[in-house]
Amino acid sequence: MTAIQETAPVAAREPSRAWRKMKANRSALVGLVIIFFFTALAVLAPVLPIPDPLATSWSAIRKAPSATHWLGTDDIGRDILSRMIWGAQASLLAGVVSVVIAVVIGVPFGLVSGYFGGWVDMVISRVTEALLAMPFLITAIALAAFLGPSLMNAMIAIGLSAMPIFVRLTRGQVLAVKTEDYVEGARAIGLGHFDIMTRYILPNVFAPIIVQATLTVATAIIAEASLSFLGLGQQPPAPSWGSMLNVAKNFLTQAPWMAMWPGAAIFLVVIGFNLLGDGLRDALDPREA
Amino acid sequence: MSEAPVLSVENLTTSFLVDGAWKSVVRDMSFDVRPGETVAIVGESGSGKSVTSLSIMRLLAPGSSRIEGKILLAGKDILALSEREMRGVRGNDASMIFQEPMTSLNPIFTIGRQISEVLIRHKGLSKQEARAETVRLLEKVRIPNAASRFDDYPHQFSGGMRQRVMIAMALASRPKLLIADEPTTALDVTIQGQILDLIKVLQEEEGMSVLFITHDMGVVAEIADRTIVMYRGEQVETGPTDEVFLRGRHPYTRALLSAVPKLGSMKERKWPTRFPVVDIKTGEAAEPAEVAATVESGRTPVLAVKNLVTRFPIRSGLFSRQTGAVHAVEDISFDLFQGETLSLVGESGCGKSTTGRSIMRLIEPTSGDVSLDGYDVRALDQMGLRNLRKSVQMIFQDPFSSLNPRMTVGAAISEPFIKHKLGSPKQARDKTADLLERVGLSPAMMSRYPHEFSGGQRQRIAIARALSLDPKVIVADESVSALDVSIKAQVCNLLLDLQQSLNLAFLFISHDMAVVERVSHRVAVMYLGEIVEIGPRAAVFENPQHPYTKKLMAAVPVPDPARRGIRRGISNEELKSPVRSMDYQPPKREYREVSEGHLVQVA
Repeated sequence: MTAIQETAPVAAREPSRAWRKMKANRSALVGLVIIFFFTALAVLAPVLPIPDPLATSWSAIRKAPSATHWLGTDDIGRDILSRMIWGAQASLLAGVVSVVIAVVIGVPFGLVSGYFGGWVDMVISRVTEALLAMPFLITAIALAAFLGPSLMNAMIAIGLSAMPIFVRLTRGQVLAVKTEDYVEGARAIGLGHFDIMTRYILPNVFAPIIVQATLTVATAIIAEASLSFLGLGQQPPAPSWGSMLNVAKNFLTQAPWMAMWPGAAIFLVVIGFNLLGDGLRDALDPREA
Repeated sequence: MSEAPVLSVENLTTSFLVDGAWKSVVRDMSFDVRPGETVAIVGESGSGKSVTSLSIMRLLAPGSSRIEGKILLAGKDILALSEREMRGVRGNDASMIFQEPMTSLNPIFTIGRQISEVLIRHKGLSKQEARAETVRLLEKVRIPNAASRFDDYPHQFSGGMRQRVMIAMALASRPKLLIADEPTTALDVTIQGQILDLIKVLQEEEGMSVLFITHDMGVVAEIADRTIVMYRGEQVETGPTDEVFLRGRHPYTRALLSAVPKLGSMKERKWPTRFPVVDIKTGEAAEPAEVAATVESGRTPVLAVKNLVTRFPIRSGLFSRQTGAVHAVEDISFDLFQGETLSLVGESGCGKSTTGRSIMRLIEPTSGDVSLDGYDVRALDQMGLRNLRKSVQMIFQDPFSSLNPRMTVGAAISEPFIKHKLGSPKQARDKTADLLERVGLSPAMMSRYPHEFSGGQRQRIAIARALSLDPKVIVADESVSALDVSIKAQVCNLLLDLQQSLNLAFLFISHDMAVVERVSHRVAVMYLGEIVEIGPRAAVFENPQHPYTKKLMAAVPVPDPARRGIRRGISNEELKSPVRSMDYQPPKREYREVSEGHLVQVA
């Protein structure tokens, strides 16, 4: 019955297209490799042939890198390589868990705020703005101090401080998607608010949230290091890159390697997440072919 | 033939870099535009007509595009010029006006400043001279009180007036060639008529050539001396406009022309009529079939609207006090019977879409009664409203935004069925497969995503989804307006078929008079939120009574080259706004019966 034959556009599926663009992006791949490398170290820490990270040795205090201690030893003779690898667990865990906390709390608030508007939006937005007005790290430190020093509390503190960014980002995206015809179409077939929010709006606002989350992992890792540096995160003797730096600051001239390795590791992982985040932003952007 | 052409294009091929490979979008175009001549390039979306015009102006991104062939503009070899020399050509030898008048002016400068800037830069005028010349140009494009509007900002102008400003700017440097890329597509039909007339008059006054790019055969017939038909990047036919229209040689040209709805072509017909089915290979058209009588007008109407009013408050000031209201729908009443198509026609802001949404309570009406399939719509609570959705469904305008991009087609179509708990997942699947077949698609497409489909196919999917609850009434809000002519014909045919097999009632909302004439049983003309004329299709179209209905019909471009040179008389009337102050009392309207069921508002 057709008047003139139409042809469907030959378009690749969404996920495969994003993946193809990722693969073409060299810096994103470098980021991915860095993250994979550190994650593998952290996961394999218990089975790697490395000394106990807590074992002290009075005969090997502040030794420079050598064949026995590849990265040297610290002020009470612990092997730095081993502490670095075990410390990666704390750093990566802190980065990921705190962002998960921020997303799990922030995204629903942003969704509700943007979708319903009115006084709900008013209250949520004002509180979010108040939280955003405080510097991220200061809030995290204050919260961590209030909750008491421990790695879990540091993660909660960082997560809560990073949360307002996600509320605001989600809300903005929801406002844009809410006006699409398919959202009105969902109302027209009789769907409830919950269905519309979870099936129609959330999947369409998720791409920028994923990008923001990846970039925030990097910030969270720095925040955890800062909290540990201040003694508010990972508690001694358990290793974390931040607490290693904390100790190392007293021996900067005598044993620079104590500060160098954890500093370099933080730098690399943060770069890794930033590169990945930028790559994801480009890959998930439908406007770029 | 005596004078040298203003624009001469030879073997133009434009390619884009796609995934590392060059893909040609325009292939081997050759044509001339002679002094004082209007040449139209016509084609459907994706045919390469806009790319052709952008190639001539060299406005494509240099890295990812490649232009081959030869383009001579006023004797200059365009492709050999440096980017710097090219800037001297743009806006000087050739000017361009675009489709979207809302976004092509800079919102933060006054229009006077934007036009005089062109004059100062290209013509080297002083500030005073430029101001005087700008006012003269604004007068030339018939902007009322031109001198006093010099210091106004773009947002203080309506869409049609902005397009006039754009034209004034394009004329500033007295170009030899004006390239107009769909300049009237975004405008309402009466405003479109004004702008077309204006372009014709200016062309005579200035003696310039016009390259007119459009998808609308009616506009082509009215404005072009010669016509180029493009199809998938190729020039399939070139010739004098009446030659192309009356004796088109290429099958595509004939197919395109027979798919175009012509206003006034339904004179002898009683019922809505399907569009002719055209074979693209031969261009042969089969005689269109009339749709058998479907209307059950004897019984109670499936939808009855009485004195419906919908207003939107306008708030302003520090405490957001209400200062006025948009009277979007003002006291309208009509009935719709099972198996009937009632069309609501009118221009933007007339309240036709608001009416459709108010009936479904996607927008809360202010007052009035709506009774739909036994429901008292305005009295329903949340639960009742969900049940109402089983009786009335909607099809939207833009098939690209009306489907959730993250949901497969199968999930989208079966969702209403599942959410209303009408059956098991197995039944939902069967129903979805059945619906896909009904709208002319394959059930195997269920697992695909919307972006894998073309616009016409998406609109079919949207229709299948609307049908999944077996509704009695479908509100089709500009459902075919965004589609290309050939696809538009197919989707209209589909709607007519479905009406016949499922006995559906359509509330067909459209601004396109020619399509409305084809598919409707009855027509209601809306103006400023009110119905000014309602009646059987034949009565309204053949014997229009209200001045607005007459004006609307006169403005529609008809694809008949004999109408070239038609002048409607340049008016610069604007569409009126339905925004009213707080103390506005809408007048009580009286209707006069012209013939049976044909009512006209008495002014």
